[in-house]
This record gives sequence, C-alpha cells and structure tokens, in this order.
Amino acid sequence: MPAEYSDLSIDDFASAIPDGAKLAIPADYAGVSMAATRALIRRKAKNLHLVGVPTSGLQAELLIGARCVATLESSALTLGEYGPAPRFTKAVREGTIRLIDATCPAIHAGLQASQKGIPFMPLRGILGSDVLKHHPGWKVIQNPFSESEDPIVAIPAIQPDIALFHAPLADRDGNVWLGRKRELVNMSHASKAAFVTVDEIRETSLFETEEMAAGVLPALYVGKICYAPNGSWPLPFWNGAKVDDAHIDEYMKMAASDAGFKEYLERYIFGESVMA
Amino acid sequence: MTVADEKKALICLIAGLLRDCNHVAVGAASPIPGAAALLAKAAWGSPRHVNILGSVANNFFTGGGGELFDCAAQGRIDAFFLGGGQIDGEANINLMGRGPYPTSTPRWPGTFGSAYLYFLIPKVILFREEHTRRTLVEKVDFISAPGVSDEKTYRKGGPYGLITSKAFFRFNQEKRRFSLQSIHSGSSLEDILDNTGFAFDYEEATPVTPPPDPQLLKRLEMDVSRTVAEVYPNFSASIFPVTSKPEPVK
Repeated sequence: MPAEYSDLSIDDFASAIPDGAKLAIPADYAGVSMAATRALIRRKAKNLHLVGVPTSGLQAELLIGARCVATLESSALTLGEYGPAPRFTKAVREGTIRLIDATCPAIHAGLQASQKGIPFMPLRGILGSDVLKHHPGWKVIQNPFSESEDPIVAIPAIQPDIALFHAPLADRDGNVWLGRKRELVNMSHASKAAFVTVDEIRETSLFETEEMAAGVLPALYVGKICYAPNGSWPLPFWNGAKVDDAHIDEYMKMAASDAGFKEYLERYIFGESVMA
Repeated sequence: MTVADEKKALICLIAGLLRDCNHVAVGAASPIPGAAALLAKAAWGSPRHVNILGSVANNFFTGGGGELFDCAAQGRIDAFFLGGGQIDGEANINLMGRGPYPTSTPRWPGTFGSAYLYFLIPKVILFREEHTRRTLVEKVDFISAPGVSDEKTYRKGGPYGLITSKAFFRFNQEKRRFSLQSIHSGSSLEDILDNTGFAFDYEEATPVTPPPDPQLLKRLEMDVSRTVAEVYPNFSASIFPVTSKPEPVK
C-alpha cells in the first residue's frame, strides 16, 4: 500500500493541509469531513481560503469562529433550520474575514473550468445582480458567436489546493467510493489533490464490479485518506448517519457568546479523544 | 384558522399553481413549497417530476450538484421557489443581508443559486411567509437576483408571483409591478396596505383567496403528510400532529 494511504491519524492527516491552503469543501448534506475540521482547529490552521461547493455550513462556521479562515468563497453559509450561524454573522459584522460571495452554478462552473484546464467558463444569468458587482473575478464578455449584443458572464477557473470531504469507502489502492455525489468528483478533479476521510477501508478493490466502479474517484486524484468512522458527526451523512440534533442545538446555544464558543472548542475539539 | 390550518391552506394554494408543470425543483429549506409540489404530484400526477434538493430519497439527480443548474439552463425545470430577507416592488430579492455590503448586519446565508435560476426557470414563485414592511420593502439593500432585465439580457424566466401569509400577488413584467390577486382569509386590503413596503396595483374588490378544496386537503393530511415527514421532519411534526402513539413495550 502506498505510504499516503497507510494508517494515518486524523491529526497527521490535518497537518498535511498547510496554512493558507485553498480548500474546496462540500455542502452540509454532501459529506463534510467534520473529523478533519476539528483536527484543523486543533492544529490551529491559519489563513485558509474556503471554497463552499456550492455552499458551506457548520464546517465553515467552526473554522471561522476558531480564526482559521482568511477568505470564504461560497454561495452561502447556512445552518438550515438551526438559524443564523453565530460566528459567521459576527465575523461579517466585524469585517474580520474576506468574503467572495458567489452563486451556486458559478462555483460549479469555476471548478469545471479548472477540471478542463481552461481559463474560464461562460455562464447565463447573474447580469444585473449585486453579486456580480462585488465579485473580484467575474467579467462580462460579449458572446463571440452572436451577431447581436449578447452579454454573458465569464467565471474564472477555481483551482483549490485540496478538496476535503468525507466518503463511505476507500480501498487499499487509494480509490474512493462516493456513489452519485458527483460534485465530490468535480471538486476532486478541479483540485490539486483530494483529502478524504472514510467510514470504512475495504480490503478488496473498488473496481471489482462495474456497479461499484461507476461511483469511484480513482486514486489518481487522491492525496490522502484517513479512516474516520462517523467522520461527518454531528452533521448528517448521505450514506448513513442522521444529524445529531441535540448537539447542534447545544452548539447554537454555546456559540451565541464568545465565551460559550471558546468553551465549545475546549469541550468538543481540543478535548476530543483522538483515535490512536 | 389555526397556524397549522393556514400553512395547509398555503400548501394547497401553491399546489394549484404547479399543475401545469412537468418538473418542479424545491430547495431543502422550503417545506411549504416542497409539500405543495409533493401534493400536486400525488393529487394530479402533475408535475410528474419533483426534486427536493438536499434530500436523499426525493432527489433523483445523479449528475452532482451542478445538474440542477444545467437542467434549468436547458429549460428542463418549469417551476422553482425563491424567498429572501427582503423582496421589493420590482421583484428584486435580497438573500445577502440588511445594510451595506460586505458588512451586512444581519448577514443572511447568501445568494445560493438565485442569481442564476431567476433568469432561467419560467415560473419562479416568490414565497415569503412574513408579510411586513421589514421584508416587503420599497428597494432591497442588496440585489441577489434582479426581478427584471433589459432587452439585451438573455432571460427565459423570472417572477410569476409572490405568496405570503396574507396574500397572493401576480407580477407584471411590463409594468415592473406586483398586482394583488387575492387576500387570504384573516387579512384585509387595509392590513395588506399597512404591511407592504412597496406600491402595488390592486382593486378595491380584491377577492378572498378561496379555501382549500376539501378533497385536496384530505389528500395532504392522509397521504402526502408521510412523504413530507421524510423530507421535512420538524415542519411536518408542527403541522401534522401525531395522533397515534406507538404502544408502550411491556
């Protein structure tokens, strides 16, 4: 087995993510590596540039609260029915993070451009919105194939350093199974490397049957794998775990104040007993 | 009417607007529109396809998170719902936050796909339960997505109307204005004028929103409520109270 896929602690896994890295992270329902998120906070990661694909939630909220983030590039940061994200709201109000606010298809398009190795991807819509006005990268160009005036938005490629997410399965060759969560494939193709925590490591190859192979991210794109069962906790996982409602309710209460958030970090992140 | 009855009436009202659709997509955080789409599908088989984003069992996309947007650009989605912390009289919506950007206070989650989908889906129904001058404003503080565009802009879709807890408005593209279509029972023209921050067209004799069809309501309560509970458990528990508890184990 290649060294990068051998048994790795979650803290070693997170230590391989450098300060200042541009990290592509999935939406709360698509398989968030919360185990790696806590490890990033434990190692006091700095100046991360998060790219929410196409949005983020509790993961970005915690990293922002723990001062690990310089830039949040996303179409939204939402905790859904739990209500406004307290640390994010505070950071925006105080102007302590740089925001690159986007719209969901533009994030997908930027990653797609990176996947194809091209400088930009044109995209319909967006014209006349204040998101376009404030976005530092988007440009309006003329459709080169149209005789008449036809403005269209050019979205520059987004190339993250690392796509970080949680998946159900990996094999000993470094292949990862992610079912029909194709946005995780897109993120990984667009990024320099995918860092994946998994619920299970299988001894047999994921390419053994075509049914499994259809949902595989090949090892070519995978930088590191870490065995972290239930690694999306307290978020739900599409392949298993339900959301830990009581925990997120507790988070919302604690994170309402600076002192409460600090206590949350102490109790659940710095104090987390780490797997050997 | 109880709060639960009011919500059920909204579900039935919205369901009726989706009957002419083939494919309706609904955001994960939109229980009333989601329930309406599921009800319309169950009651009339139309829309034929209902896609609840973020759900596992009720999301049939296999092409990843971008498939919704590709579908919309190809004209394969007939109706969608958008909301916003602020909606103005020209149907501009603001999902970003109140006050000057970027230090919006309060900041809301963000624009999501609205800046794109509003241009491409023919029937975008604006849905915002809170009907106050705080939410329905003269001019939004931030345009997440504009209600109307100039002629040179490629635009295949846009606002169909606005539904709140008090009323149903249709949007007129040419006049760039809402017109009051019907007033829900429990409200009045005076109440709506008092609580709407933008100017809109109306007639003194604006009709009352018809009450839900009893058959449709029954269908919702007996049948669709189970699917709604799978997708929106907390919402479902609030409007469909549990009537039979499991037998205690002895």
